[in-house]
Amino acid sequence: MYTLDAKRLLCPMPVIRTQDKIKELNNGDQLTVVCTDPGALNDIPAWCRINGHKVIDSQQNDDEVIIIIEVNSGS
Amino acid sequence: MSKQRKAVSLISGGLDSMLATRAIMEQGIHVEGINFFTGFCVEGHTHAIRKKDKAKPKRNNALWVAEQLGIKLHIVDVIEPYKDVLLNPKHGYGANMNPCLDCKCFMVGKALEWIKENDFDFIITGEVVGQRPKSQRAETMPVIQEESGAGDLLVRPLCAKKLPPTLPEREGWLDREKLFEFSGRTRKPQMALAEEYNFTDYATPAGGCCFLTDEVYSRKLVDMWQARSDRDYELDDIMLLKVGRHIRPRPHFKLIVGREEGENKFLEGYRKIFTHLRSTSHTGPLVLIDGKLGDDDLELAAQITARFGGGKTAEQVDIEATFTDGNTKALTVSPISPAKMDPTWYI
Repeated sequence: MYTLDAKRLLCPMPVIRTQDKIKELNNGDQLTVVCTDPGALNDIPAWCRINGHKVIDSQQNDDEVIIIIEVNSGS
Repeated sequence: MSKQRKAVSLISGGLDSMLATRAIMEQGIHVEGINFFTGFCVEGHTHAIRKKDKAKPKRNNALWVAEQLGIKLHIVDVIEPYKDVLLNPKHGYGANMNPCLDCKCFMVGKALEWIKENDFDFIITGEVVGQRPKSQRAETMPVIQEESGAGDLLVRPLCAKKLPPTLPEREGWLDREKLFEFSGRTRKPQMALAEEYNFTDYATPAGGCCFLTDEVYSRKLVDMWQARSDRDYELDDIMLLKVGRHIRPRPHFKLIVGREEGENKFLEGYRKIFTHLRSTSHTGPLVLIDGKLGDDDLELAAQITARFGGGKTAEQVDIEATFTDGNTKALTVSPISPAKMDPTWYI
């Protein structure tokens, strides 16, 4: 399980950081992205859909958005 | 069997790049999208920092367009290399601080680097001859091809028939007859094509997709450079220009005043790197100080802070200033009167 801290970044920076981090990971790895921009709740899953990665879970509390992704490097 | 040709399309999130991409996909070309983030891009949720805008869609239009088209999208951070485009535009600025022609040359040049690295064949943009006064004129079309280095690997499907044939057309990868000859500022041909492609929902950003085309934003940017006697900037600097009232009562400091809860929350993230003020006796905004406060300045900053809070008509308001080293100072001030708020202080 890998973690990416994208707090305080406004979209699309959390998406860019996620994209760059996933390039370093292997098929089946899981990445937890922690953001503060609520826009990430839409943008990161959208980026995952078009690039073939799987969103395992996404949740939002008062201050943070947490998204867990399973990497599909064959996509 | 002929080789599967591949193109990368510059996706802004608007209708034109969406149509141009689809037109090329219709010809059997494999297309992927590319979107460059300069730091000045306007996103649907850049505005949603403000709580009143929370009901607006928070989608990133470039991602949304890619999803509608069923293509991959590569978002590229060009914040650092873009500085040179903004600071030294060979072709100058538009109505505000927008270096549109240089920007287009830069982005097509970056797309050229990308296709070379990724073994793609050509580049697509949604440009239309005569659509934009600075960057999309008949005279600028060849300038972009030349200065980006893309030459005839750059295809503009929406106005291709108004331009000389490009390499993909000459080689037969694309059927020129199936491309278009749109021109001018009218949007009718795009609307008709959108209907033909069954695109019913698309972004129509007023004023473009870049903060540099915005007069107020550009004024704040120039003010920041003048105050610092330096035109360099970091991402945080240009993000903060998008948020709050910016008030410069003295040349050496300005206040960034949150206008409502969403902005205050956003500014909270910067508390540790800026001296900041807020009222302890009344409701009110978080105020960041950009610059160095002299001995007499803190009182003035506190008076202005009091002016924008619930105590604006009170005799006295308690303000707490917190400095970057964590130390605090309590002040009791009278809110500055509206008459003393010089209109020129507002940037």
